This record gives sequence, C-alpha cells and structure tokens, in this order.
Amino acid sequence: MHEISLIESIIDIVLSEMSKNNITKVSSISLKIGKMLQVMEETLRFGFEIMSQNTPLEGAEIIIENTPVIGRCKNCGNEFQIDDWFDSCPNCHQMCVEIISGKEMEIISFEGY
Amino acid sequence: MKVSIVENILKANDRIAEQNRNFFKSKGVLTINVMSGPGTGKTSLIEKTINDMSDNINIAVIEGDIQTTYDADRIAKTGAQVVQINTGGACHLDANMISQSLNQIDLDCVDLLIIENVGNLVCPAEFKLGEDFNIALLSITEGDDKPFKYPLIFNVSHLLLINKIDLLPYIDCDIKKIKDGALRINSDLEVLEISCKTGEGLDKWYDWLLKKLENFKKPKK
Repeated sequence: MHEISLIESIIDIVLSEMSKNNITKVSSISLKIGKMLQVMEETLRFGFEIMSQNTPLEGAEIIIENTPVIGRCKNCGNEFQIDDWFDSCPNCHQMCVEIISGKEMEIISFEGY
Repeated sequence: MKVSIVENILKANDRIAEQNRNFFKSKGVLTINVMSGPGTGKTSLIEKTINDMSDNINIAVIEGDIQTTYDADRIAKTGAQVVQINTGGACHLDANMISQSLNQIDLDCVDLLIIENVGNLVCPAEFKLGEDFNIALLSITEGDDKPFKYPLIFNVSHLLLINKIDLLPYIDCDIKKIKDGALRINSDLEVLEISCKTGEGLDKWYDWLLKKLENFKKPKK
C-alpha cells in the first residue's frame, strides 16, 4: 500500500475540513484502516511525521483503528473473520469467500483548536 | 474541538476513476486494465489482439511505463491509436494520469480501450482507473507461487491469462498450482492459458473479449 499517497490525501482532506471549522492547529487524527489493505503503520506514522512538518498538522497524534477482515461464504452464506487470504469457510470448508469488510481506509475524525 | 469526517482517503483517485468510467461509457467504449509484472507479455498480448481482431473491432491503447515510448512505438506499428504515459517514477498508473491522457485519443470510433499498466505485480491493483474489467497476466516463467505471494492483484481481477505455455516442457511450473491459488483468492476469477508466441489459446481470449463487448454494446464496424 502506498503510505506516502495516503498521507498526502490525509493532509489534503484535513486541511480542507480545518478551514471549514475555523481550526488552525490539529492535535490528533483518527483513521479506520481495514486489515486487508496491509498498511504499514510504522511507515505511515513516520511518513506523516515528515510530511506534516511546517503544516498545521505537525505534531498531531495519529490514532489508528484496525478493522478486521470479514468474509461471506458464497456457498453457505456463513460470515466469519478472515486472518489470511486463504482461509476457507469454517462451516462448509469451501474456498469461495467474498470479502465484505476489511478494505476500508477512512479518516473518521480529527481534533484541533 | 472534534470534527467528524468519515471520508474515504482514496476518494480523490476513486472520484476521477468514476469520471473516467462515465466518460468511456458515454462514448460506448469498453475499457480493460491489463496488469502484470515486467516482461510477462502484456505488450505482446495487445499487439496480437489488435492484429487478430482489427477486422472486427476498433482498439485504442493507453501505455503506462516509468520511462521510454518503446511499448507505444510497438503498438503504433499495428496502426491502432496509442498514447504513452511516462510516470517518471510512479510504479503504477492512477486515474488522474488516465484522465490527463484522454485528450490525445479520439474515442468516437473506438470499441475497446486497452490500458497497459506499469509492469508491477503489487501497486497497480490498488488504484482504480475507470476500467470495466481488470485482466491479470502471469507467465509460467515467473513461478507457480505468485498468487500466494501477491494475492491482491488476483483478488481484484476478473480474468487471469497464464502466458508462455509454449515453454512448459522446459520450465518447472505447476499450472494447476497457479490456478488453485488464484481461485482460492478469487473464486469468480476466470482463467485461460495462452501463448502470445505461438497463438495457442488466444482464440478463447478473443471469445472472452467479444462476449464482454456484446454484453456492453454492438461493435461500430
């Protein structure tokens, strides 16, 4: 996953929302990231630290909620948490799983003053 | 003060991809995004497809590479419209690059737009371009463990073309392992075995394309 591209988007989105809410300094940003995307958190945090320098986001804490990957078996309809791309359905053991969540990458909120 | 947003971080690319897709639809153009590692045979596949199908459908091509116009030059020799995008360093195409290139192609007489992505088994899978279908290409010389090592590209694709099957007598490759791995990641994935060198299996690829075009619209020829 392109952590630098993500950081650029995060900064753009937050700067845009800041101006709408008369916020001049950001103290924290909350993200929701699905585990399927395999975002490297350390890379994201380090990259943010660098790219936010000299912006109103400098020093902001990055809070990440990792959401689990949930699949639905196309054979029996069972929904279950997936830990690996190659998990089969625990109910019928078929390998025909549709990923229904776990690919999100969202800014949920930010705090500032 | 806390501000709630709940916004998709990749919304900028996805929004432009949707605009691209709507534009292609308005022109009656079916669009496919061809992805693979470097040297798998994407450009050869496109050359063969244009040469073999030119009596049936009009094809235009967007080529993506970090540097050079080598691939666009090859496609130009077929007589098809082609534009080369040089990313200069980016390892994948994105929706904005596609959007910026569209003023160099006349899509009014085009049935099928083929986007050849940058040779890379990882990053192209992460960025929508406005395509109708994703095509993954894997050659038997790359190893039969690739679906397990690079799952995302197989997960987001609609069709997997396994290329260079003419070399099977000389390569230790278990094609069944490739298929089993890819289908475990994506049970809806269609899989075809081809050789751009000998032409083996390409008829089924052309049938697949024609069926998609038929479902999409009638050819302009």
